[in-house]
Amino acid sequence: MKGTKQFRRWLTLLLWIVILAAIIAAPFVLPVFRLNLLGRYLSLAIVALGVDLIWGYTGLLSLGQGIFFALGGYCAAMYLQLNSASELPNGIPEFFGLYGVKNLPFFWEPFNSPLFTTIAIWLLPGVVAAMLGFLVFRNRIKGVYFSILTQAALLVFFNFFNGQQKLINGTNGLKTDVTQLFGQMVGSPSMQRCFFWLTALLVILAWLFSRWIVRDRFGHVLVGIRDDEPRLRFTGYNPTLFKTIIFAIAGGLAGISGALYTVQSGIVSPQFMTVPFSIEMVIWVAVGGRGTLLGAIIGAVFINYAKSLVSEALPASWMFIQGGLFILVVTALPEGVLGWLQSEGPRNLLSRLGIARPISTYPSLEIDGKKEINL
Amino acid sequence: MTLPLLELRHVSVSFDGFYALTDLNLNLELGELRAVIGPNGAGKTTFLDVITGKVKPTRGDVIFKGNSLLGLREHRIARLGIGRKFQSPRVFENLNVYENLALAVSQPKKPWQLLIGGLNGFQRDRIDHLLNIVNLHSRSGFLAGSLSHGQKQWLEIAMLVGQDPDLLLVDEPVAGLTDEETELTADLLKSLAGDHTVLVIDHDMEFIRRLDSPVTVLHQGNVLCEGAMESIQKDPRVIEVYLGRPEEESL
Repeated sequence: MKGTKQFRRWLTLLLWIVILAAIIAAPFVLPVFRLNLLGRYLSLAIVALGVDLIWGYTGLLSLGQGIFFALGGYCAAMYLQLNSASELPNGIPEFFGLYGVKNLPFFWEPFNSPLFTTIAIWLLPGVVAAMLGFLVFRNRIKGVYFSILTQAALLVFFNFFNGQQKLINGTNGLKTDVTQLFGQMVGSPSMQRCFFWLTALLVILAWLFSRWIVRDRFGHVLVGIRDDEPRLRFTGYNPTLFKTIIFAIAGGLAGISGALYTVQSGIVSPQFMTVPFSIEMVIWVAVGGRGTLLGAIIGAVFINYAKSLVSEALPASWMFIQGGLFILVVTALPEGVLGWLQSEGPRNLLSRLGIARPISTYPSLEIDGKKEINL
Repeated sequence: MTLPLLELRHVSVSFDGFYALTDLNLNLELGELRAVIGPNGAGKTTFLDVITGKVKPTRGDVIFKGNSLLGLREHRIARLGIGRKFQSPRVFENLNVYENLALAVSQPKKPWQLLIGGLNGFQRDRIDHLLNIVNLHSRSGFLAGSLSHGQKQWLEIAMLVGQDPDLLLVDEPVAGLTDEETELTADLLKSLAGDHTVLVIDHDMEFIRRLDSPVTVLHQGNVLCEGAMESIQKDPRVIEVYLGRPEEESL
């Protein structure tokens, strides 16, 4: 037991060294186009961390994280649009002219303030998640019903945003790459480089934050909810409260992620709220390793990077590869890649291939009795 | 006369017309150790469900320390001082033994306190003490899921005691335990009575006899009779519904 713990710690440390080295080296090695892609995928790691908190730790499989991701993106895009609209006729973003809108819709007004926007990016999705979560959790809706409900909510949001041309440009979305920030074009290479650094920093902060959440008793309560919710209730905890809080936190993380993704991809649109995209978020975490925060980050970045490389080389083949990956994880690596690395996976594989000696003391022998009950 | 700690008044529970409990009346005095027995389907587990708020009674009232428990949710009732051990051991399998106990002894159980503070010295001492009582000190770093069946039973009892409830509801604590473990469990429960009020539900006659406590017999959702084990066993009604073959039962 002691050995595996030590091993895990070393593995985590090693992976972090590799990740940090890659992040620091990337701006100097990669061309701007690739760097921008990497920045985008790093920002997706933040929403993946949220998915890991609610699904990996708490056992709530949300298929609606796209809602909160898109909300964060819209918040950022609205600020950027307003920030660059002052020279335009009417002083409002250009697209309003297409639909004959003369006055700024009321909810756009607060987004003139950079401070408000910075807060809204995580608070607004967080509050929406808290409200949605509270209603669902209070009525003790869980399991597959929860997943269906979140997906239904996602579709509601998708259709609503798609149809509101006069409010938020509907299906066309809001462009950010030609907007101004600090007197510079958001889509310019120097700005994109800044966003890359910002994203890298926020990924690390989000990881530290998530780790702080799960490492002590609060995190143990979350695991308790996943494993045996009634027991937790009879121990005197209110699972509704804990679930609402963690769902709100995941929503907030999704918002930050969406904002960073938006400024790096140059547009936010209802496409962020499509059903497949939210399911993909779950796949990243499943492949990386659910219940391991680092696994969520690695899963999000690697799968997306692989997706863009594969799609360039062999268009249309990615869906098959992604499906295959998911099947592989579900059948062979239920703990995900990192979970497999952390357990005896590699050693078992080597010994099966005849390269390493099988472990002489089978770990569960240390913990007497386990075998007897299972049989 | 002092108020009973727990009082069930005319409690009936109906599941779609099937009555699991019918007009059940029962009092528990402070510090008492009480055994509840009854054949399968007598309503023993429903009886615990009603007290802990898992099932709402169709009729009747449950009074704890002078206040009605009706309409309170499970965690509220638990915080008022009612702890429950389930029939099959229910522990948090993916947390280690120590973390399981830490969740039980944490007070208060609000999210903010759990996030910001650690366990205080008193709580840590309590966990140490509990680990010693149930003999799991050497296992404190192991995942609860890796414990043997008996150890899980004990861990759950330790968690229950760690909650520091006034009333402990213990559902079949010795199911699947060895004779030696059964004896130790009986002694443990007896030592808890006095400081706590303990209600034990079980089938195992030898175990109930060892508890040496008043026995309540449930039958078809109602109290059939109450009294000491010796008199219960002689009661013709009990023999008829439950102890029909006392020699086999006591094996």
